[in-house]
Amino acid sequence: MQGAVLQALQDTSIATAVRENGALFPWIECVHVLALALVVGSISIVDLRLMGLASRDRSVAATTAAVLPITWCAFALAALTGGLMFASNAITYAHNGYFQAKLALIGLAGLNMGAFHLVVGRGSQAWRTAAETPRRARIVGALSLALWIGVVACGRWIGFTINAPT
Amino acid sequence: MHALDSFCTWLEATSVSRTLQTVEWIIPAVQTVHILAVASVVTSALMVDLRLLGLGLRDQSVQAVARRYLPFVWWPLPVLLASGATLIVAEPARALENPVFWLKMGLLAAAIVGTLASQRPLRRSARLLAVLSLAAWVGIVFAGRWIAYVQGG
Repeated sequence: MQGAVLQALQDTSIATAVRENGALFPWIECVHVLALALVVGSISIVDLRLMGLASRDRSVAATTAAVLPITWCAFALAALTGGLMFASNAITYAHNGYFQAKLALIGLAGLNMGAFHLVVGRGSQAWRTAAETPRRARIVGALSLALWIGVVACGRWIGFTINAPT
Repeated sequence: MHALDSFCTWLEATSVSRTLQTVEWIIPAVQTVHILAVASVVTSALMVDLRLLGLGLRDQSVQAVARRYLPFVWWPLPVLLASGATLIVAEPARALENPVFWLKMGLLAAAIVGTLASQRPLRRSARLLAVLSLAAWVGIVFAGRWIAYVQGG
């Protein structure tokens, strides 16, 4: 069942085009790297603020307001380009351990972000400076940073375990 | 290009290069560090440039935004150069004999000069420099990926 779905996905005309057109895959990969650099870079700005390591004089609310629109746009672009690359060889990617780990880490980063928005970040409007930011926010920030570093590492290891230019 | 050929051949035969070629986890780990440093540089340059263009962070002055984010452009640069140099030592011809690598280095020089120049106070061309340096950073990321697809050496 799962195999049939993956096979159907990689048989679509768009997946076939990505697989067979020599220049399409590298261009998609370029956009993917740029998008993920902006995701990780912009999230780290929030994470470092939560950890009290940067933007210490600026409120958490102002920091997230400036940065999160960039994060979401870049994430959408990374997901789109990542989806295209996945579709081009769906069966191989789906069975790659690093690909599975990468998806799991992105899921955990999402849960961590959800926990911040729903629970940990309650009252974050009052966190004007790093000194006013509670310890639990530092933990969320550190966890997020570690998870996203893991996502980048898994992404690179996918390239070395699947037969593709590195 | 005989001298460059000989240099690449010599470099890839050194024990340091051999180690980098044979220990499987080193290259992906160094590439991960390289990408994380790129993330810091490109995102921070984007924040400064968005403010220069008046497209974001308008509750703060240009100077305040530059003070906040420019350190995250400059201090990862040594990390980028060190990790990039490690990748070159591992596979010298892949980069040094690859035109895309030299395009990337040219764009890097342009991006650094553009970022420095856009910080001069009251410069009328600051916005143009912001757009040009952003384009250069994007080109650097793209060229970095294309090095893997264009044959060097």
